Amino acid sequence: MLLNAVMAGLLLGGFYAAVTVGISISFGILDIVNIAHPAFIILGSYIAYMVNARFGLDPIVASIIALPAFYGLGAAIYQVYYLSFEKRGQDSLRGLAFFFGILFITEVGLVLVFGVDYRYVQASYIEQSWHVGIVDLPLRMLVPCLMSLLMLAVLQLFLTRTFTGRAIMAVAQDQLALQLMAADPIRIKRIAFAISIATTSMAGAFLIIIQPVEPSIGRDYIGRVFAICVLGGLGSLPGTLLGAMLLGIVESFTATYYGPSWAPAVSFGLLLLTLAFRPAGLLGR
Amino acid sequence: MSFTIRSGSFVLACAVVAAIVFAGARAVGNDYVFFAGYTVLQFIVLATAWNILGGYTGYVNFGTAAFFALGAYATVFFHKFYPLPVPVLVVVSAAVSGLIGLGMGYLTLRLRGAFFSIATLALAVVLQTLVVNWNYVGGARGAYVIRPAEVPALGLPYIQYLFLIMLALAVTAIATARTVERSKLGYGFATIRDDELAAEASGVPTLKLKLIATTLSGALMGMAGAPFPYYIGYLQPSSAFALEYAVNSIAMPMIGGTTSWVGPLVGALLLGTLQQVTTVTISSAVNLLIVGVLLVGFVIIAPNGLIGLWRRLFSKR
Repeated sequence: MLLNAVMAGLLLGGFYAAVTVGISISFGILDIVNIAHPAFIILGSYIAYMVNARFGLDPIVASIIALPAFYGLGAAIYQVYYLSFEKRGQDSLRGLAFFFGILFITEVGLVLVFGVDYRYVQASYIEQSWHVGIVDLPLRMLVPCLMSLLMLAVLQLFLTRTFTGRAIMAVAQDQLALQLMAADPIRIKRIAFAISIATTSMAGAFLIIIQPVEPSIGRDYIGRVFAICVLGGLGSLPGTLLGAMLLGIVESFTATYYGPSWAPAVSFGLLLLTLAFRPAGLLGR
Repeated sequence: MSFTIRSGSFVLACAVVAAIVFAGARAVGNDYVFFAGYTVLQFIVLATAWNILGGYTGYVNFGTAAFFALGAYATVFFHKFYPLPVPVLVVVSAAVSGLIGLGMGYLTLRLRGAFFSIATLALAVVLQTLVVNWNYVGGARGAYVIRPAEVPALGLPYIQYLFLIMLALAVTAIATARTVERSKLGYGFATIRDDELAAEASGVPTLKLKLIATTLSGALMGMAGAPFPYYIGYLQPSSAFALEYAVNSIAMPMIGGTTSWVGPLVGALLLGTLQQVTTVTISSAVNLLIVGVLLVGFVIIAPNGLIGLWRRLFSKR
């Protein structure tokens, strides 16, 4: 039971890393408080659901096809955000309200189109489970976890090995220096934000593989993503993975020993504690 | 507009307006007016309360529903434990929500503004989880709070009594906001909003001021929640913690204008009435969509709200 709880926590944590990595880029690196992030994940889930129900395509394949659309959406949102708030230097209060409004519009829009029923996807591996010794490995958890680790690895390589990636890491620290390197900070930020939204397409597909989805469950993830992001020390991908695994294990233990109805409080409780006592995160910069 | 009226006469003027509103509602003689009016008044209180923290100091609170629900659940608790008259419950709820506001602020207000906002969202979910798992106040199933048909002491139907209480709360909230705005406190809040670092450097006790703002704002939101169980009759966690309270209490000041007490009042009156109309004529989901779109539209196009637009038109002439 103990070992199973740890394993379930690790698998859940892998998935949480995929959910959070976008926030680590937008909030951690770019300092854009995109609280609408989970709403885009739900949008991703619904797109995977639609493609899966209509064409019978695997949800993850569907989400990869949808990547460019999400990238474009992200670029467009950043452009509006930049012109309306960042440029005018009033990004804090109104920027937050802006993203809160987007969160709300997305959620209500999904309710209007799909209703409040739970939706789920079909794939051959969802029902299966591997058994290694006494440990259960349900493929419904394992596949999203492995895919999300892959996604994180690709992003980490991109951020550390390519010019654009390094420019993204640099843009938060010194915009002027970046300009001297012949890179347009606004363009770099737009790319970074677009990537952060693109990750929600895949995270959404993972989510709907793991559990049935309805429009309002995104709210539960607001606490999780920010808790993980802050725990991981804002904007570091290895930190994000660590924070995600930690939260996954803590939640899995809470669900096993106290019952699943307590799980949402865990992440937020952890977030409040982290903010109060260790705001720099576990790996603190 | 005359901005020079003294506080005493302002409260008096508010009371007169409130009396006229109440007399007018009675003259219509339809219970629906009271039910709809109660909701609009409740939004006036919530929007004004939100604005004391959000508009004056610039700290965005996404947890309106948490403070509101705290007030409502304090009522449910006492309804089962030892029934008290609603005005007393209002005071109790204010104390509970104010204290939570203070604690919340103490934990998070040392950090950057965005963390505070995220933490308020977190607070709402933590409290909701606690309430869902607390069987005494109904847990996930919800709790029935049967309201009496009328109040013998005043000879009023109960809904009119609740309406009257909410009217009094709206006057209290507006008078508080206006007093704060013109006091030393209000100028302190404004320095925090404009440049917190500079304010801190010039000796403004920013943490203390921010804590006063969260406490005051939280207490007013709790007050608005106290009569709610009697109004709705059956309180569920999902209805008390509904996200629409958070969205509305942000959208209303943003649409009206956040820098003065007039903004939330105008925003709540307009948006609250609009919502009552669209809920009846179209559907409640569409009405929420309208709120979201208006919020996003206003923060992009008219960052200072209707009051800002009004002032701009006025000064150009």
